Amino acid sequence: MRAIDIKLWRELWDMRMQALAIAMVIVSGVAIFIMSLSTYDSLKETRDSYYRVHQFADVFANLTRAPMSLAQRIEDIPGVARVETRVVTYVNLDVPGFKDPVSGHMISLPRHQERQMNRLFLTQGRLVDPSRDNEIVMSVEFAKAHQLELGDKIWAIINGRRQALTIVGKGMSPEYIYQIAPGAMFPDYQRYGVMWVARKPLASAYDMEGAFNNVTLKLNRNIEPKAVIEQLDDLLKPYGGTGAIDRHDQLSHRFLDEELKQLQNMATMFPIIFFAVAAFLLNVVVSRLISLQREQIAILKAFGYSNLAVGVHYSKLILMIVVFGIIIGTFLGIWMGTSMSELYSKFYSFPYLVYELKPWVLVSAGIVSIGVALIGTVYAVRKAIKLPPAEGMRPEQVAIYRPTVIERWGLQTLFSQPTRMILRHLERRPLKSLLTSLGISMAFGIMMVGGFQEGAINHMIDVQYKLSQREDMMVFFVEPSAKDALYSLQSLEGVEYAEGLRRVNARLRHEHRSYRTGVQGIEPNSELRRLLDANLSPIHIPKEGVVITDYLAQKLHLKLNDLMTIEVLDGKRPILQVPVAGIVKEYVGLNAYMHRDTLNHLLKEGNVISGALLTVDEDAQQSLYAKLKNMPKVVGVVEQRAAIDGFNETMEETILFFTFISTLLGGSIAFGVVYNSMRIALSERHRELASLRVLGFRRSEVAFILLGEMALLTFIAIPLGFLIGYGLCAYLAFNFDSDLYRIPLVLGIDVYAFSALVVIVSSLISGGLIWRNLAHLDMVAVLKAKE
Amino acid sequence: MPTTENNRPVFQVNQITKTYQMGEVSVHALRGVSLELFQGELSVLLGASGSGKSTLLNILGGLDTPTQGQVLYQGKELSLDLSQATEAQLTDYRRFHVGFVFQFYNLIPSLTAAENVAVVTEIAKSPMTPAEALELVGLENRLNHFPAQLSGGEQQRVAIARAIAKNPDVLLCDEPTGALDSKTGIKVLEALAKINQELGTTTSIITHNAGIASMADRVIKLTDGQIVDIQQNDSRIQAQALSW
Repeated sequence: MRAIDIKLWRELWDMRMQALAIAMVIVSGVAIFIMSLSTYDSLKETRDSYYRVHQFADVFANLTRAPMSLAQRIEDIPGVARVETRVVTYVNLDVPGFKDPVSGHMISLPRHQERQMNRLFLTQGRLVDPSRDNEIVMSVEFAKAHQLELGDKIWAIINGRRQALTIVGKGMSPEYIYQIAPGAMFPDYQRYGVMWVARKPLASAYDMEGAFNNVTLKLNRNIEPKAVIEQLDDLLKPYGGTGAIDRHDQLSHRFLDEELKQLQNMATMFPIIFFAVAAFLLNVVVSRLISLQREQIAILKAFGYSNLAVGVHYSKLILMIVVFGIIIGTFLGIWMGTSMSELYSKFYSFPYLVYELKPWVLVSAGIVSIGVALIGTVYAVRKAIKLPPAEGMRPEQVAIYRPTVIERWGLQTLFSQPTRMILRHLERRPLKSLLTSLGISMAFGIMMVGGFQEGAINHMIDVQYKLSQREDMMVFFVEPSAKDALYSLQSLEGVEYAEGLRRVNARLRHEHRSYRTGVQGIEPNSELRRLLDANLSPIHIPKEGVVITDYLAQKLHLKLNDLMTIEVLDGKRPILQVPVAGIVKEYVGLNAYMHRDTLNHLLKEGNVISGALLTVDEDAQQSLYAKLKNMPKVVGVVEQRAAIDGFNETMEETILFFTFISTLLGGSIAFGVVYNSMRIALSERHRELASLRVLGFRRSEVAFILLGEMALLTFIAIPLGFLIGYGLCAYLAFNFDSDLYRIPLVLGIDVYAFSALVVIVSSLISGGLIWRNLAHLDMVAVLKAKE
Repeated sequence: MPTTENNRPVFQVNQITKTYQMGEVSVHALRGVSLELFQGELSVLLGASGSGKSTLLNILGGLDTPTQGQVLYQGKELSLDLSQATEAQLTDYRRFHVGFVFQFYNLIPSLTAAENVAVVTEIAKSPMTPAEALELVGLENRLNHFPAQLSGGEQQRVAIARAIAKNPDVLLCDEPTGALDSKTGIKVLEALAKINQELGTTTSIITHNAGIASMADRVIKLTDGQIVDIQQNDSRIQAQALSW
């Protein structure tokens, strides 16, 4: 090894703690970059290959009933490659040993699996015998949640008849990677299950022989689904079509898309912060090193080393730190990526999850971190390059200080000499002080982002399911029924209170924008469905007009009193023009609400409801479920609370993982910035601090000057960090916004407190390390050595 | 004028040695030094570089401890065995009893002249004011100047003011004129002599400059870690009469 490189290694070893602290920040940036992009790729590649191999459809449509002959006409739509018709129904299920209501989603299987779209992936058993009406393939998640094995029986109420079904296979489908009940927010594998049955018996049970009520299409390559959907809708309209959708609106696909979007966000926002902080730290440390080595640089140059060689020399030092960070960060990132992918496999149902780390991710992590580090230090290295040899032999000028602003105001009597030293030192390099504070405040920001999601999700659930949707149970009827049906529900034992609900599927339009959702007719002064204004105070449903979700108003560009078009997709499919009478705050879904009487009136129907909201005596809950299951009128029962509990349980692990990661990341930034700043301050001021020790200052008094400075910078960083954290969370929340859900920007005091705690603890640890360094201040040397 | 006979010793140094481990080599900086320094006395420690004079001064000042032997300090309020004292005791000893003047001034660049003195007076027991201390060294007009705004000689006089402002029992100066030209150096020595006379502070000055020796009560010569000669001057020469 060349002597000059040996010098490099030894110096790196001497500054190992500082180098390590910087490397940690790079490690964090590289790790999170690799974690989010590799998880993104894994998820996306897995999804894409699953879609490809299992022939995930491109267009999906529901209708009431159409003859099979229509299928040929659908296939004739230009761009359509294949058509598959299905019979699909929702049924109430009875699982042995499980009392809660369970709804099942029954999907017919064609005779030949090979031709089929949305092909099943069988994990166990076989497909159903096409001629048998008592065999099902059960979704893996549902079977697992109920510990059902092949050969086990469950019961379904199929068109009013209770029938035993034997599980002959367990499978999953690309249609249900995210498996949630329609209208639900969270997966609940115990209370919602998808199952596949033979078509013939299902069709005969529901009077669908020679007919279908669901159709999926595969399109030719590069065909825009939009035109196909328009023609399909026209074809299906007479048969009760509720509007076809493409993949983008398919629920499972949508949720995955949102997840992928978040991963992409994570892959850009966080690494930028870490690399910026790392570049700043490298700049500070290398600048200091170069100014300490002025004489050495001069000697090297005097002996004939070129300016370039000197520049390369210091660049190598930077590279060694960065490369170390990249290597460790890569391993950490891969570990975090696989852990995260495992977490995803709990939420999403994939037959396999291939962890995918693409070479370009690694290469760009390397290039970006090296690039940012070199750009960040270019000024310092340039100083070494430009230093004329002769000047390097002269000592650097004595630092020039001035009284600070505060002192010029005449407040200096308030400060002791050590405090003045702190203030003047900070003021002498305001930019560096500011950047140091900014660096620490980034740690706050990152911590807050880590803590923000849990609180926000809790708040979202609280608002949606405690303030707004207050029922214990939602019951749907097979078809709209006279309001009397409510009285039969009310008379059931265990029902405390019941409220009717009229719901129709509809496409809402304003100008050229439209959105498909439901219009809910609710009771005036509804107890169980409260509409909330922006301040979360309940408002009354007006007699006239429609009240819509705030995000829907934004999406359709609607203001109060604008006319909105409601294209009803059920029954006689009237098209209504209704003024917007109110805008309400909702975090989940997009909805439109009307006074039930008004909705009944506009639909030209009598006093009709399509379901009911119930509050229920907890003790009578089980017997009530049993009775509801046996009511032929009732098609489904939804109990959100249980789903929320289940969701929270699953989330706990995720939140723990993210808290761990963000603490690690925030802590690494705080430690990196504080420790390096103090080491630099110690190096720059070691002579005056040692002099003070000679003059009789105690170690604690000397430490005050260093630690006090850091404490002050940390103190300034707190409000700055809260601001940055708030901004980052707002940015994230804004990016989360979609018609599925909106993440509220709610930051609890605990989020602030925890981030402050982590940053302060990191600062204290670096303070402790500096305290040890102060014990070794060489008082004797300071009397002799000239800086 | 204090003399050796009628005064009690402030320091009693008894057969001290100091050995440094420099890598694998042992450096014997002091090899059995015994010495007494008396109340109010101005002594000069004279020797070439490496003679051990700085090591001796550091031990007297509580910055370092001897490897062997004993150093007793007997001040007005405190008696301390410097060779056995703890780190905290040594810090207090420096804080309340010793004034230091360094070759390179070691002023705090972020503090003005007055504040550099105040840094010490704020932690001392019965100090003079920074203004009084600076007046003693002739810098009453430079109170609010930062070190960067002062000449070398002025900076050294601020350092002296800082050292004497706490009214120390002992003033220890390590090559106080080493970084100065002779004209400026003489001014600094004048200040030291004035303080020794007016305040009666026991003063020790390290130098390798034999020209300074004649301003002292006693001149102690060191070579190779041993005292080779102690010379009592019959009369001290005024600092301004010195030349080198």
